[in-house]
Amino acid sequence: MTRSTIDSTDADPGRSPAAVGETPLDTAGRDGPLRIGDWKFTSRLIVGTGKYPDNGTMVRAIQASGAEMVTVAVRRVDLDRSKEESILHHLDPDEIFLLPNTAGCYTVDDAVRYARLGRAAGLNEWIKLEVIGDEATLLPDVQATMEAAKILVEDGFKVMAYTNDDLVGALRLEDLGCVAVMPLASPIGSGLGLINPYYIREIKSRLEVPVIVDAGVGTASDACLTMEQGVDGVLMNTAIAAADDPVAMAGAMRLAVRSGRLAYLAGRMPKREVAVPSSPVGGMLD
Amino acid sequence: MIESSHSNGQDSSVGEIELEVNGRRRHVREGSSVRELLEMLELSPATIVVEYNRDILDRERYSETVLKEGDRLELVHFVGGG
Repeated sequence: MTRSTIDSTDADPGRSPAAVGETPLDTAGRDGPLRIGDWKFTSRLIVGTGKYPDNGTMVRAIQASGAEMVTVAVRRVDLDRSKEESILHHLDPDEIFLLPNTAGCYTVDDAVRYARLGRAAGLNEWIKLEVIGDEATLLPDVQATMEAAKILVEDGFKVMAYTNDDLVGALRLEDLGCVAVMPLASPIGSGLGLINPYYIREIKSRLEVPVIVDAGVGTASDACLTMEQGVDGVLMNTAIAAADDPVAMAGAMRLAVRSGRLAYLAGRMPKREVAVPSSPVGGMLD
Repeated sequence: MIESSHSNGQDSSVGEIELEVNGRRRHVREGSSVRELLEMLELSPATIVVEYNRDILDRERYSETVLKEGDRLELVHFVGGG
C-alpha cells in the first residue's frame, strides 16, 4: 500500500510497479492498483480480523491473503482481563492499513460515536461505515447509513460505506462523498455468495468511486465470481476465519480474487444456449 | 496513590468518589486524574481511547483531567472485527 503523491506514477498507472502487482499473468498490463481516496493498494482483497480461533492464526491468514487493508472493531476494554488485548499488539499499522468499522451500530448517533472513537485512536481518518437495520438479517439501514455518511464526510472522514445491493442507495452514498461504496453479496456471515450479480454489475457501471463487495462471500468461487462482475475489490471476514483451515482459505481467496479480476479484464466469451464444436467439423473420416 | 474497590454496599471511605467505568461502578481517591486511573488499570494510553462523559478526551489532557463523582468513562480499543 502506498499513499499517492503528486509526482507519483498516477498519470500512467499501467507502468507503476503496483500496477503490475504480483501477477505475471496480466501481461497486457490492463490492471492498475486499487485506488481508494489517495491510497493505492496492490491487493484487491480486504479482510476482517474477527472470529479467528487465535491471534496467531489471524496474522498468518492475513499474510496468506495478501491483503494490505484489514478492518478492526472498536470495543470496550475488558477490565476483568489480566492483560489488555488490543489488536494493535498483533498488527503493525505501518505494515497494514487498519480500517476501523462501526459494526454493531444500529443508529446514526452510535455509528458517528464509534467512528470518532476509532479516529481518536490516531491511526487515520478512515471508517468502514455500517449501520444495521435488522437484527435477524443484519441488512443495512441505508437511510441511516446515508445520514451518518453525511455527518462523517463533513467531519473530514474518508467513508467506505457498507450498503445494500441497491443502485439508488449506492448512487446517493457516492453523491454524499464516500470514497468507496460497498454493496453486499449476501447477508453478513451467511456465506451465501453473490445473490444478485446483475445488481452488482449495475452499481459498478454507474459509480465512479470504487465498488467493493462486502459481506456474504463463502468460498473461493464466490470471490472469483464477484470479481468477474468487474468490481474493484472484495471484503470478507467469516469466509476465511470460519474455514477449517483459515490460512489455507486465505490463500485460496487471494488466488480467487486475482483470478476473477484477470477473467474480467480478459473479457469472457459470450454465453450461448447452443453448443458450438471446438474442433473442426471438416476432415472427419468416412 | 489511588485505590479501587467494587461497590460493596458500604459507605465510601472518606475522600473516595464513585465513577462508572465501562458500565461498572468503581471507586477512586478524590483528586485522581484520568492518567492515574489508567495506570491503576494497567492500561497503556497509546492503544486506548478515553471517552469522558460522552466526549473524547485528548491524550494530552489525561493528566490534567481530575475525576469527579458520577463521571462516566468509556475506555475502548481496537479488537478483531469484520
